[in-house]
Amino acid sequence: MRIGVLALQGAVAEHLHMLSELGCEAVAVKKPSQLDGLAGLIIPGGESTTIGKLMAEYGFDQRIRTLAAQGLAVYGTCAGLILLAKEIEGSAQPRLGLMDITAHRNAFGRQVESFEVDLPVPVLGDPPLRAVFIRAPYIVRVGSGVEVLARYGDKIVLARQGRFLASAFHPELTEDTRLHAYFLRLAVGKV
Amino acid sequence: MADEEKGTWRVKKGLAEMLKGGVIMDVTTPEQAKIAEEAGAVAVMALERVPADIRAAGGVARMADPAIIEAIMEAVTIPVMAKVRIGHFVEAQILEALGVDYIDESEVLTPADEAHHINKHAFKVPFVCGARNLGEALRRIGEGAAMIRTKGEAGTGDVVEAVRHLRAVMDEIRRLQNMPEEELMAAAKEMAAPYELVREVARLGRLPVVNFAAGGIATPADAALMMQLGADGIFVGSGIFKSEQPARRARAIVEATAHYDDPAVLARVSKGLGEAMRGIYVGALAPEQKIQGRGW
Repeated sequence: MRIGVLALQGAVAEHLHMLSELGCEAVAVKKPSQLDGLAGLIIPGGESTTIGKLMAEYGFDQRIRTLAAQGLAVYGTCAGLILLAKEIEGSAQPRLGLMDITAHRNAFGRQVESFEVDLPVPVLGDPPLRAVFIRAPYIVRVGSGVEVLARYGDKIVLARQGRFLASAFHPELTEDTRLHAYFLRLAVGKV
Repeated sequence: MADEEKGTWRVKKGLAEMLKGGVIMDVTTPEQAKIAEEAGAVAVMALERVPADIRAAGGVARMADPAIIEAIMEAVTIPVMAKVRIGHFVEAQILEALGVDYIDESEVLTPADEAHHINKHAFKVPFVCGARNLGEALRRIGEGAAMIRTKGEAGTGDVVEAVRHLRAVMDEIRRLQNMPEEELMAAAKEMAAPYELVREVARLGRLPVVNFAAGGIATPADAALMMQLGADGIFVGSGIFKSEQPARRARAIVEATAHYDDPAVLARVSKGLGEAMRGIYVGALAPEQKIQGRGW
């Protein structure tokens, strides 16, 4: 299975590594033409303002929206979650807006508040996932078609809408490939 | 929450991973910070003066006024970094209390300690440090730096030292990779680096943390050159706000860093940027005028 990682800026190599571990053909996507033929696309962590501007500048946003409407699965981590959100609190920055969610940026605070924690994720079973939150957002509102997959306290940190998946945290910074494996199952319509 | 852990090595190093492929820009006012963010900077470095002005002013260069740093933190949503003097752990305590996202223990400021750097493990906030070669980089990582930048020669707009230092680091990594394991201890001794880190570099074939290039980058082509030589991202100090059209140049350097291996993009973004910073030829500097030698 061919899965792309949007490679404009951010933690691209870590996602490519996870996908290779799972036996995928992992592609760093630097041009919109490389989106063709992908079963899924990961939008990595990075700075959402930077990635969003570069996506718009090079015509990624329209192409990704078109392919997503035709069944391309998309998973966003951290900055990727923000770019998948239809609404971003207090911001007019460029985005894909594929998921009916509202994202709150830097919602846990600045870097000194960044943390890691064992996070129970029911769809992955035991043990809990080691979730790394770095200047992370969370989801403050979900639309009716959105399934909440994990909360940290009362905050939504993992959600799914059809073939779209968004996490506030970074599984790619750990050795645990279960959430990536879940995304691959989602991409082929098995969950 | 009871079991959440802050300031772990993974969290410190992780923020630098998120900055990869991006440009970190020196700014001295909230207005400049907004221009940088609008241009697509992944972070800003809050300063009282850019390195070119520090060089011109002479005297003792210290941590910036916390009021300036706070104003910049309020102006943008991207991470804000700030500099402390080498070894000045109290300036670092102050920046941590302010809540800056990364501390640069920097040779651009006047060193406060001529033997010891800060014990960076003692802080929750992550640190970036400068290095001219692999040994220096690994000593800083040993002290707790979660990110490295090659030093170059700050405030000159001359990329030659940035190239020298990045090539030195990359060459030494390649050398370690090809070395039989029994020679690694002597290599560690020779470069005055912690043995465990030398072994890790030999195994990984790269530094165990993110490595940006800095010190003299003034054009989109300079940025792409450093990326093609193996940098994970770019620091631009004086190069943007000492140029004729800072906003356009900032945007062009961001695009050049993202598409560093695409000459068609580099050609397009390099057009019509106005004059770059005038700069200083490093070869004309006396040894005591170079700041790269600060750090031990």
